[in-house]
Amino acid sequence: MALIETHGLRKDFVVRRKVGRLRRQRHVTAAVHDVDLAIEAGEMVGYIGPNGAGKSTTLKMLTGVLSPSAGEVRVCGLRPVAQRTRLALRIGVVFGQRSQLWWDLPLAESFRLLRHVYRVPAADHAARLRRCRRLLELDEFLDTPVRQLSLGQRMRGEITAALLHAPRILFLDEPTIGLDVVSKQSVRAFLAELGEAGDTTLMLTTHDLADIERLCRRLVVIDHGRVVHDGTLGELHARYSSRRRVVAELDVPWNGAAAPSGTSIEAVEADAHRVTFALHSATAGELIASLAASGALRDVSVLEPDIEDVVARLYAAPEPSRG
Amino acid sequence: MAEHPRATAYRALLVAQVRAQTQYRFSFWLDAVSSSVVSLLDIVAVLVLFRATPALGGFSVRQCLLIAALGNVAFSLADASVGNIDTMRQYIRTGRLDSMLLRPMGVLPQLVFGDFAPRRLGRVLQSCLVLAGTLIWIDPQWTVGRAVLVVAAPLAGAVIFASVFVAGSTVAFWFVESGEFANAFTYGGRDFTLYPISIYPGWFRKIFAYGLGFAFVAYYPALALLGVADPLGAPAALAWCSPLIAVPAVLAAALVWRVGVRHYRSTGS
Amino acid sequence: MGIDVPWPRPGTLRTAAALAGAGFRRWATYRQAMLAGAFTNTIFGFLRCSVMLAVAGGAGGVAAGYRGPQLVTYVWVGQGLLAVVQLWGWTELSDRVRTGDVQSDLLRPMHPVLTYLTADLGRAGFAMCTRFAAPLVVGALAFQLYVPHRLTTYPLALLSVLAATVVSFGVRYLVNLTAFWLLDIRGVLVAWMLCANVLTGLYFPLAFLPDWVQPILWYGTPFPSILQAPVDVLVERGSAAHQLSILAVQLGWAAAVLAASVLVQRRAERRLVVQGG
Repeated sequence: MALIETHGLRKDFVVRRKVGRLRRQRHVTAAVHDVDLAIEAGEMVGYIGPNGAGKSTTLKMLTGVLSPSAGEVRVCGLRPVAQRTRLALRIGVVFGQRSQLWWDLPLAESFRLLRHVYRVPAADHAARLRRCRRLLELDEFLDTPVRQLSLGQRMRGEITAALLHAPRILFLDEPTIGLDVVSKQSVRAFLAELGEAGDTTLMLTTHDLADIERLCRRLVVIDHGRVVHDGTLGELHARYSSRRRVVAELDVPWNGAAAPSGTSIEAVEADAHRVTFALHSATAGELIASLAASGALRDVSVLEPDIEDVVARLYAAPEPSRG
Repeated sequence: MAEHPRATAYRALLVAQVRAQTQYRFSFWLDAVSSSVVSLLDIVAVLVLFRATPALGGFSVRQCLLIAALGNVAFSLADASVGNIDTMRQYIRTGRLDSMLLRPMGVLPQLVFGDFAPRRLGRVLQSCLVLAGTLIWIDPQWTVGRAVLVVAAPLAGAVIFASVFVAGSTVAFWFVESGEFANAFTYGGRDFTLYPISIYPGWFRKIFAYGLGFAFVAYYPALALLGVADPLGAPAALAWCSPLIAVPAVLAAALVWRVGVRHYRSTGS
Repeated sequence: MGIDVPWPRPGTLRTAAALAGAGFRRWATYRQAMLAGAFTNTIFGFLRCSVMLAVAGGAGGVAAGYRGPQLVTYVWVGQGLLAVVQLWGWTELSDRVRTGDVQSDLLRPMHPVLTYLTADLGRAGFAMCTRFAAPLVVGALAFQLYVPHRLTTYPLALLSVLAATVVSFGVRYLVNLTAFWLLDIRGVLVAWMLCANVLTGLYFPLAFLPDWVQPILWYGTPFPSILQAPVDVLVERGSAAHQLSILAVQLGWAAAVLAASVLVQRRAERRLVVQGG
């Protein structure tokens, strides 16, 4: 069985809308709508979607904070709400806008407290803390009360706090939101290393495309409570027909011949000295080899597809019809 | 001696909370002193009322004072242990309850230990002293039964109050902005137990005295200690029924709590 | 040393009216909390009313000069006024001090004391329509309320409630200002609550206390002006002249606490500047 598994997961919320002066109407809306997920140990999954798509609601159901309206959930083989405290020992959670730390206490004290809360053996705790201190550079503010930390410092503290009990899964809800560039990079690098080590399964929601490219091997895109894409970043590009491109600088103007097989011509510029090819089935190597064979190739550059475009297009996509 | 790991966790939360509070030293002491004085005021209020009248619902100042003192001990015990649960509606409103649900402990013990207010212990001590003083003043004819009653009744009363505290706090699971609603029954219950129940209008008395069990916190035990018959005609044996009321109260509170946590709607994104 | 007295200028008055309106509407959105609060006030009305009637009954009908119906009105009006003068739980300013948001208050073209006061009066206006009315209706249905005999009592009582709100606001504002020095004002709040519960006349009519305490309380502290004063005006305790003298004491305290607020605000702002916040 997968580490995280859901079938037909659903969460309804009742919204009361004002109708006229005094009357209010009840509306039941599904924040999460029949979500099926299967995430294996060691995966790095990005859970993305526009605001209000149901990302946080899903995460809260996976972590046992919210009970689902319908459907099945198993996380680490446990039922999150019913076996909440047992599950809590196996997962770590970082909610970007909500602190797990004790506001009035120094960071170090919060960590010590968490050792007792999660019943971690002292030696293990010390070793993990040492590692985080080094990689996340916590030393300079370890004795500062949490309320005085900057957002970036606090987030590094939150991540450490979520990892001290060596969770099998780390859930992150917008871990880089509001951080400065340096903190973002530091957090991202740390999470990438953590994920690549393979002991910890990562599942994160984010709006930051750099996070997605760096941290998510698999993307689950959710919109209006439904999963609209589940696959790799490459598959996402394929599906939304965003392709890698090769820009070739030629010694002689492009003669107007057909593009090599598996590619197409997107643009011919600079007196036909610069040609942009879109790659379909051919690889960049094949295209370059074929151009080089014609003998006029001076320079070449490969353009990666722009994920921002993909996601923007995804978010702008019309709402899927509702059953 | 090896300590149970969970006990260690609770103790750690407790110590951390005390440390966090004592960081603001001036505020802490002002808080501690004021809280003790606040609970003394309930007793003082009874004395002040008797400046204006010689009797209250047919009871003398001494008799009323014993009722108030018993109610006060029961309330202060409950307040010191679970009273801070009324902060839960803030946890729910701000979504901070999420962090509690994510830890490998029950939410209730986290609230109780993690928000423990040491100043409330001053209140317990003070209410016990007032009860002791009142007993010395009244000098009931001590029997073994009465000695047991004077200890058992406040404990059972504290359990009843604690149940009301817990059940009342769960209202916030359904109505986030429920504000002071629960206070009507927690602090309202305290006010109710301070006076003989004979002064309250019939249906109101039925709800608070029997529906919520507050008559068993101080009134009936006090009658037995004083050797006075109930002017409302209830059998004397009711004085001993407090623990019997406390048990279903706890069960009901636990049930409501469980349902409430299930019903939790985490706010925000 | 000149004090920057926030006298309302013509343009300021319009701003003030807008602020008061916003205060009114803002509170109108908390419907659930309003209902819950009114319910709690009503329960406490029943509790306190029963006690007071028992006192009157035990004392042969008149307790410390109050007759039964007067005591009933004292209880129910007192429960209603609790929300109007907002005796408990106003920490908006101190919260803003702690988070640093308070600095944006200083950027407004109106004196902060005046800004908060007008918003508070708007809130009080809303509370008069809801939280004041609800327990009073229940009290009137369940018990026999005292109805004032003199027509002049009604405007006087209204004025007295207004003055009480201002005095209460001033004291709350001063309590909140201590956050500039203490940051955590929990302790001060509890101390204020202590005074608020007993010295304002909420627990029992202040007349139940010994005679020698009375002048000390009324002239020496602002607390009776917050609750006992409007109630005494409404139940016509004493002659019309006595009502006027109560009102005079209230107005005196209103002026005093507002002046103190302005003064302390100045010190607090200077502290903010020194800290470079």
